Amino acid sequence: MTALTTICDVLVIGGGPAGMAAALAARASGCQDVLILERESELGGILRQCIHTGFGLHIFKEELTGPEYAARYVERVKEAGIAYQCDTMVISLSAERVATCVSPSHGLQRIEARAVVLAMGCRERPRGAIGIPGTRCAGILSAGTAQRFVNLEGLMPGKQVVIVGSGDIGLIMARRMTFSGAKVEAVVELMPYSSGLKRNVVQCLHDYDIPLLLSHTVTAIRGKERVTGVTVNQVDANLRPIPGTERDFACDTLLLSVGLIPENELSRAAGLELDPMTTGPVVDERLECSVPGIFACGNVLHVHDLVDNVSMEAERAGQQAATHAAAKRGGTTGTGDNAGGNCARIAVRDGAGVRGLVPRRVSAEALRQGALILSFRPDRVYRNAVLLVEADGVVVNRLRKRVVVPGEMVELTIKPEFFLETFPKQELSVRVEAEDGRIGAKA
Amino acid sequence: MLDVLVIGGGVVGCAVARELSRWRLRVALCEKGADVCVGTTKANSAIVHAGHSAKPGSLMAEYNVRGNELYEQLCADLDVPFRRNGSLTLCLAAEDRPKLDELYADGMANGVPDMRIIGHDEVLRMEPNVNPEVVAALHTPTGGIVCPYELTVALAENAAMNGVEFHCEAAVEGLTSIVGGGWIVHTRKGDFRTRTVVNAAGLYADVINNMVSTTLLRITPRRGEYWMVDKAYEGAFTATLFQLPSAMGKGILVTPTVDGTILIGPTADDIDDKDDLSTTLPGLEQVLKVASQTWPGLPRRSMITSFAGLRAHLPSHDFVVGEAPGAPGFYNAAGIESPGLTAAPAIAEALCRQIVAVLKPAARADFQSKRPPVRRFRKMSDDERAAAIALDPAFGRMVCRCEMVTEAEVRDAIRRPVGARSVDGVKRRTRAGMGRCQGGFCMPRVLAILSEELGVSPLAVTKDGGASTILTARLDGVKEQSK
Ligand SMILES: Cc1cc2nc3c(=O)[nH]c(=O)nc-3n(C[C@H](O)[C@H](O)[C@H](O)COP(=O)(O)OP(=O)(O)OC[C@H]3O[C@@H](n4cnc5c(N)ncnc54)[C@H](O)[C@@H]3O)c2cc1C
Ligand SMILES: Cc1cc2nc3c(=O)[nH]c(=O)nc-3n(C[C@H](O)[C@H](O)[C@H](O)COP(=O)(O)OP(=O)(O)OC[C@H]3O[C@@H](n4cnc5c(N)ncnc54)[C@H](O)[C@@H]3O)c2cc1C
Repeated sequence: MTALTTICDVLVIGGGPAGMAAALAARASGCQDVLILERESELGGILRQCIHTGFGLHIFKEELTGPEYAARYVERVKEAGIAYQCDTMVISLSAERVATCVSPSHGLQRIEARAVVLAMGCRERPRGAIGIPGTRCAGILSAGTAQRFVNLEGLMPGKQVVIVGSGDIGLIMARRMTFSGAKVEAVVELMPYSSGLKRNVVQCLHDYDIPLLLSHTVTAIRGKERVTGVTVNQVDANLRPIPGTERDFACDTLLLSVGLIPENELSRAAGLELDPMTTGPVVDERLECSVPGIFACGNVLHVHDLVDNVSMEAERAGQQAATHAAAKRGGTTGTGDNAGGNCARIAVRDGAGVRGLVPRRVSAEALRQGALILSFRPDRVYRNAVLLVEADGVVVNRLRKRVVVPGEMVELTIKPEFFLETFPKQELSVRVEAEDGRIGAKA
Repeated sequence: MLDVLVIGGGVVGCAVARELSRWRLRVALCEKGADVCVGTTKANSAIVHAGHSAKPGSLMAEYNVRGNELYEQLCADLDVPFRRNGSLTLCLAAEDRPKLDELYADGMANGVPDMRIIGHDEVLRMEPNVNPEVVAALHTPTGGIVCPYELTVALAENAAMNGVEFHCEAAVEGLTSIVGGGWIVHTRKGDFRTRTVVNAAGLYADVINNMVSTTLLRITPRRGEYWMVDKAYEGAFTATLFQLPSAMGKGILVTPTVDGTILIGPTADDIDDKDDLSTTLPGLEQVLKVASQTWPGLPRRSMITSFAGLRAHLPSHDFVVGEAPGAPGFYNAAGIESPGLTAAPAIAEALCRQIVAVLKPAARADFQSKRPPVRRFRKMSDDERAAAIALDPAFGRMVCRCEMVTEAEVRDAIRRPVGARSVDGVKRRTRAGMGRCQGGFCMPRVLAILSEELGVSPLAVTKDGGASTILTARLDGVKEQSK
């Protein structure tokens, strides 16, 4: 039994907020043949399990829950008549933009797309990645898995909880578990600051008197069949546990919220160049990857903290994909600097204190035309921060920010007037300094 | 009345049960855990040793070399992944060079075939990622790698197909000898009367032995800790890489697994608690430190998990195999530490021979030596996948995204003989949850399928039997304020 290969203009892999916004933008740009593939049984992505509010402030100017935000996009997708197929997992993708997917209802399908938008989101880092020693009994799970149990299935994974990691999911789950009748003993964070949004620290921990132990880590997990407790130590400046600072917590559950990793199995399969810092694909200002006709947006590109930004980024990817597909249909492959895909030549480099600038490559055109948006995360907290934009090593602009923190993505708009004729030839870079003169650690 | 009751469902107990099932015997196996393969067999280096490091003249040496010979056919019959990837014992310091000759001599004495000592250049040609300071190495091409849980599960399934009864959650708590021969074995699931008993209780084989034998045994748990490296490094090494014992440490190896990951470890620390499988900070650090002697490019940031296993160590440091003194009809397989996985088929062969000599059964004409192949989506071609989904749509529903395990495979793992009863049971049979996200994605799905297949509440589903439940309560209809 051999699968037939069907052809489509724009194939969107992943039906979360990124995928839906990209598909809508592709359609709005005139592309009639858009298809979304989603491996869950419904569209919506991770938002389906984020039943707290705080979504949509920028796009809809109101506070929505995750499912509400997703529902608005699902409605638009349906109204626009965009084709989508759920319960369908893409299992491979080639550089020639042929996706292979499987589903119970359609079996194995092969789809050759004129343009592909990657919108697969991200996954949580497992315990092994951070190497917490101890037993491997029941009661240890990632915060997102716990969130799925509680919010989608109405099942509680524990009664007495310690949470490792103060990323947003950890913070949100501290509150969710408390609401649902569990006692959250502490949120333990290795770094001297929370990696989540400030508002979440206040609304999820402070309001419920849940202690946040900064500069602490779990050094032992006890229990044979199910967790019975953990030991927590303070850490020194090198993040190593300080002997003598042990504190024991009784608990039956340990939730891990120790970071998200872009879901890039397919990107690897397609041979895309990946960025070691973001672990997402390397893209240019049009969000095109190193293989022509493949675009990326949302959490698969870099982990976002606000879904509104995901949607806006995805719109750009969708437009570009539509343009690429139309050109392919018409037999041309873009024009000028954009010919043959990602050939923007100016590298974007992380300077001191800056991590994971996106995009990694820009064209001279984009700099001249203006309004290029760069985003990154700082390596630590900077108060009264100065962002220094450099063209080929020469500072061309300084932008002030009251505070930048690793938990919140920083966006800066690069304007043509920054450059006063000295456009970079090779490299554009950004570094961050605190006004007190402390410079970011060497990147 | 049973003919043989096997205590313990590790690789040794299951191999014995399967070997006995060639004969017209009534055989049962009692396992303490909720599944087979929940003891030492689930966490070890998974090496089928060539046999050069066992002491010449020991039972370890004899059964190691014989076991290694039996692996090829056994794994082919049972559809279990096994690869003769060969092993290299690295000499990293010039002054240690004579130790390679000693190992070679031991290997010769043990009957290990095709060994060779090779020089620096040849080692690096074979394994370009090895520490370039390597002086020389002993190459043993018969060394192999296997999946220990797949093997054990397959042995159990094949034994069950051939009539062996399996009783899980049936811990043996005592034995009474029957006047005139035979034993009453008292278990959590009731008493069994049997003509003979095989003690394959792993770390607890001393406890069982000491219930009946005049020769007491004392097993010390010796812990070994490991790291598992992401599949992204598949191909970094072909062979299993040992180090010669040196001041830096002993026995920490770097090896590919049959699943494409790379395993590094183990440490060796004697502890008191036979159930303490926890890893420790110093242990895990030591593994990294010593392993980076073999593999300077060790990617510390690409670990997917760490774990520990416990060796059943006897002071004699040799296997105890055969009828126990003062206990007629009671046979031991005790002190089965490394290379016990390798030796298991040979231990089974030896014990079966002894028991058959006493009970004198007829051979079973209808013995089925082969386990029906297990259908694995990740190993199918696209055409095979399309065909599989057309017949059973559950092959089109991905449960584990990392290892590409489908719903059909999970259901099959539960329905097969001696089927999975827990999330870890499914994991050992299908690999769901063993990949880079370590079950973050698939665990809720596996749990739901188990609940449905077993007809129990999701709250009753366990990670690995006993009190290892995963969920604590239902939030019945509590649609809370969304905040
Ligand atoms: C716990 C949590 C709390 C958050 N809180 C907030 C908040 O308060 N406010 C806010 O603005 N933002 C919040 N966010 C962030 C926001 O939800 C994300 O940024 C956004 O969902 C990312 O969208 P995405 O489409 O890139 O990824 P996702 O939503 O993860 O969607 C990716 C989709 O791709 C599918 N997929 C993946 N691989 C494949 C494949 N191979 N084949 C087919 N389909 C595939 C997945 O099933 C998924 O549906 C939160 C996120 C989390 C996890
Ligand atoms: C760190 C480490 C590395 C190793 N590496 C290798 C290697 O690379 N190659 C190799 O060949 N060998 C290796 N080994 C050795 C190998 O793993 C063991 O020899 C083998 O798994 C032992 O199998 P078993 O069946 O005797 O024990 P187990 O697998 O422990 O099985 C014993 C079973 O008995 C059950 N049991 C206990 N008490 C009772 C009771 N009262 N009633 C009923 N059931 C009971 C237990 O629950 C358990 O399931 C290693 C071991 C360790 C610890």
